[in-house]
Amino acid sequence: MEIKVLGSGCAKCKKTEDLVKQVIGEAKVEATVEKVTDLMQIAGYGVFGTPAIVIDGEVKCVGKIPSKQEILNWIKP
Amino acid sequence: MQMSWKNELKPLGIIIVVFFASFFLPVGVYRFDNALIEGLELVKWYAQEHVLLCLVPAFFIAGAIGVFVSQNAVMRYLGAGAKKTVAYLVASVSGIILAVCSCTILPLFAGIYTRGAGLGPAIAFLYSGPAISVLSIILTARILGPEIGIARAVGAVSFSVIIGFLMELIFKKDEAERSAQIHLPEESSTPRPVYQTILYFFFMISILVFANWGKPDLQQGVWWTVFSLKWVITSVSAVAFGVILVLWYSHQAWKIGLVTVVSAMFAYILPTVPIIAFSAGFIGLTWSASTSGEENGSWIYASWDFTKQILPLLLMGVFIAGFLLGRPGNEGIIPNQWVATLVGGNSFFANFFSSIVGAFMYFATLTEVPIVQGLMGSGMGKGPSLALLLAGPALSLPNMLVIRSVIGTKKTVVFSLLVIIMATFSGMIFGMI
Repeated sequence: MEIKVLGSGCAKCKKTEDLVKQVIGEAKVEATVEKVTDLMQIAGYGVFGTPAIVIDGEVKCVGKIPSKQEILNWIKP
Repeated sequence: MQMSWKNELKPLGIIIVVFFASFFLPVGVYRFDNALIEGLELVKWYAQEHVLLCLVPAFFIAGAIGVFVSQNAVMRYLGAGAKKTVAYLVASVSGIILAVCSCTILPLFAGIYTRGAGLGPAIAFLYSGPAISVLSIILTARILGPEIGIARAVGAVSFSVIIGFLMELIFKKDEAERSAQIHLPEESSTPRPVYQTILYFFFMISILVFANWGKPDLQQGVWWTVFSLKWVITSVSAVAFGVILVLWYSHQAWKIGLVTVVSAMFAYILPTVPIIAFSAGFIGLTWSASTSGEENGSWIYASWDFTKQILPLLLMGVFIAGFLLGRPGNEGIIPNQWVATLVGGNSFFANFFSSIVGAFMYFATLTEVPIVQGLMGSGMGKGPSLALLLAGPALSLPNMLVIRSVIGTKKTVVFSLLVIIMATFSGMIFGMI
């Protein structure tokens, strides 16, 4: 699974990335986490707000820090 | 272990610079010592006059906008399908609710440009956003006076439309096809009737405005009457706000009641120090909100986030402004005469010079306000001050590089030129009024 955290480097984006990594570790799911900071790439997903999470090319969450439970629901098969 | 000298060059350089700076530190030289004291005095003045009564409520309001105002509704009008004229209007004023955090501006700018309503509205948003975010409106009006505060907001909004429109006119050809697929941020709160949101913000803003009501020069008239009643009006607004919190925002009645009683007690015991009662009020509000459900919790969290982000930078900016320029009426390390020669009066050169400086210099969030305050105290004219405020926060050298990565070199250069020209002329016009 390929997880991308989109964000321009603000505190919220950093927190989202940490949270995603933590949940992956706890759920023992095979996944790569990539932080995308390039504005054009972020805009390329059509998200109108950061932080945003993209999992396997699908936008899951925009403009807020998701809860652990939400992340778990997205990554569980 | 083998020491690699190449890696040590940087710390060595830093140590050498710090050493020489310390060695030749001009302590004891009157101008330097005085500038340090000016810096500290200015920080103290801000802490006493502005932090509790003005900044704290402003942070609460900014946090509430992020949580309780539906930003989705606004962003829809910035999408690809929106009508151009509507998109321009929305983009030029939406900074007030969308630009509450400076880190949202650039991603949203890139989004509007590539996926949304296009170059013009994107530029309009980028230009007006930093100038009309709630925090900067409040701080500009409070520190620099309502006149320049209003001029800044009006100037930013109207010029954003003009600059955006010119940009689109100049670069008409290379407007690319866009896909309409966009993802808007999720609503963080359950929708409420509009009148509830309006009343909620009305009373919060009323607390802010009346608690900071300045003493008028004349001891008569409407302004004086309001001034002499300012704490009564503030208290009434606070009680009304409390009632709203209990009725519609799921705060518990006993908590708000307790906070009201404690604040009123402080106001009764220490009537000459209203700041104590005020502080008791917002500490109590924080306690009540953070124990009343997820939504209120995120409100406090968002407000706290702003505080953490902005307060240290602002106080540092205040100190630097005081050190360089002194308090109004006093002199810092830079002689007042220099400031007066360069940006005094309202000449074309003075306005042009401060627009250029503003466009290239980087101001951390809101620090443009104490800097302009210091400059005005040192003899900067009214027009050049507005020019700096208009060109300043929208552009800076690091910002230009980021913008360039989105819209390319040519458009960035044209945009910067337009900003400088517009700021120069609006400064001149404002200086003449």
